[in-house]
Amino acid sequence: MTPAEIRDAITDILATIAPDDNVEEIRDDVEFREQLELDSMDFLDIVMELRKRFRIQVPEEDYPQLVSMSSTVAYLEPRMNEH
Amino acid sequence: MTAAEQKPNEQRIVITGIGLTSPLGDDLVTLRQNLLAGKSGVSPYNIRYVGNTLAGICEFDTSKHQTRKELRRGTRAGSIATYCCNESVINSGLDWENIDKSRVGIYLGVTEHGNVETENEVYELQQFDYDVSVWNHFHNPRTVANNPAGEPALNMGITGPHYTVGAACAAGNAGFIQGAQMLMLGDCDVALAGGVSESIHTFGIFASFKSQGALADHSDPSKASRPFDIDRNGIVVSEGGCVYTLERRSDALARGATMYGELIGYAINTDATDFVLPNPQRQSECVRLALSRAGLNADQISIVSTHATGTTSGDIQESAALRTIFDEHPTVHINNTKSFFGHAMGAAGALELAGNLPSFDDNTIHATINVDNLDPECALAGLVMNQPRESTSVNYVLNNSFGMLGINSTLIIGRP
Repeated sequence: MTPAEIRDAITDILATIAPDDNVEEIRDDVEFREQLELDSMDFLDIVMELRKRFRIQVPEEDYPQLVSMSSTVAYLEPRMNEH
Repeated sequence: MTAAEQKPNEQRIVITGIGLTSPLGDDLVTLRQNLLAGKSGVSPYNIRYVGNTLAGICEFDTSKHQTRKELRRGTRAGSIATYCCNESVINSGLDWENIDKSRVGIYLGVTEHGNVETENEVYELQQFDYDVSVWNHFHNPRTVANNPAGEPALNMGITGPHYTVGAACAAGNAGFIQGAQMLMLGDCDVALAGGVSESIHTFGIFASFKSQGALADHSDPSKASRPFDIDRNGIVVSEGGCVYTLERRSDALARGATMYGELIGYAINTDATDFVLPNPQRQSECVRLALSRAGLNADQISIVSTHATGTTSGDIQESAALRTIFDEHPTVHINNTKSFFGHAMGAAGALELAGNLPSFDDNTIHATINVDNLDPECALAGLVMNQPRESTSVNYVLNNSFGMLGINSTLIIGRP
């Protein structure tokens, strides 16, 4: 997957998890939590959706890598392309 | 004067608000209009594994009181409860912004809870070859037994007690009774009490009734739910909810609240004879106990709202129980709400009572519909069949709800 495709996939996941927010306006370098109504349970949902949709296991020590759109895409790109 | 009416106002419990959703409307006025019009709320329905069947489906506006995130996280029962609790409070006219939320309690009856969520999660798990690492972390908060009462507490900022009362299909009455008792004990000042059900979303309940030979089937959905008719062939499962705002009469009078009715008597007892089959002797004992506590004679009751579900034996058993008490009093009107929209399970008792409360104002008794050929074994002197009936006055409604494992419940509500 290209970085753009990964970004679309993440946007799609966020639209499901934060349905009351406008995910189309996410700024890539700003933390998700500053832009969306996300709590710790939502964050677990993001990890779960990555597991379900792409069979990607994100170990707990890597959770900080998923703090923003740009860091998430950068973290996922090599892992997505392993599959 | 009844025993209840002789108590001080601090010990008298009144209904000051009603919030409901049913297959025949999402507020009392609409529900009542449809009951008087003889309209059916049964629709074709399809659910996994069982396939095409029938059900009573609610179409309330889920976004009226919940965000999309709340809906995504929560359960259908929680959503029904949240809608009903909010609507009930609005209807009550309470000054909600300024009320002490720690003095509000939520007591909701449920037939079951957790089947829907577990079935969905196992179905999802199957798509992932039973890899439990994809099991949803919301499974536990969705399936804890207090979920349907906890969701409205979260939504409305209610910090008093909240819990559900598991009482099979007697649950709507049981939730009401629990709320009233907590008011009498001084445990809360406002009780949001009644029952909810999401049961049409679990295939298991349909499959189990089908295996038991107790799931209704008819080519015309509007004719499928037919208690007391000779051709009845089982239950139509429905979803729904009804939550009453209950207060002490002293508090209701002090704030000039509109009162829909007063709790005059109640009883819950147990058959202790069978998992499923009812026991008319115990049912009649339950009704008699409620009458005795109310200090009323049978002929003082204006309406008996029956539990009858449309099963072959259950309707006969309840008829036998009622015959021993009311058959000498043909002026006591007997009706049934399930004939209109099926069996709303944990919500049934509360919803069926609600549909009868407007009789205090309009002196009209809604019917039991679909009685094309009355089963002689269900022939009751005061049965109001197919068309509503006018009465000179309606003073007391007696509401029966019975459930599996032999739980029986009776509520008697008086004109406020």
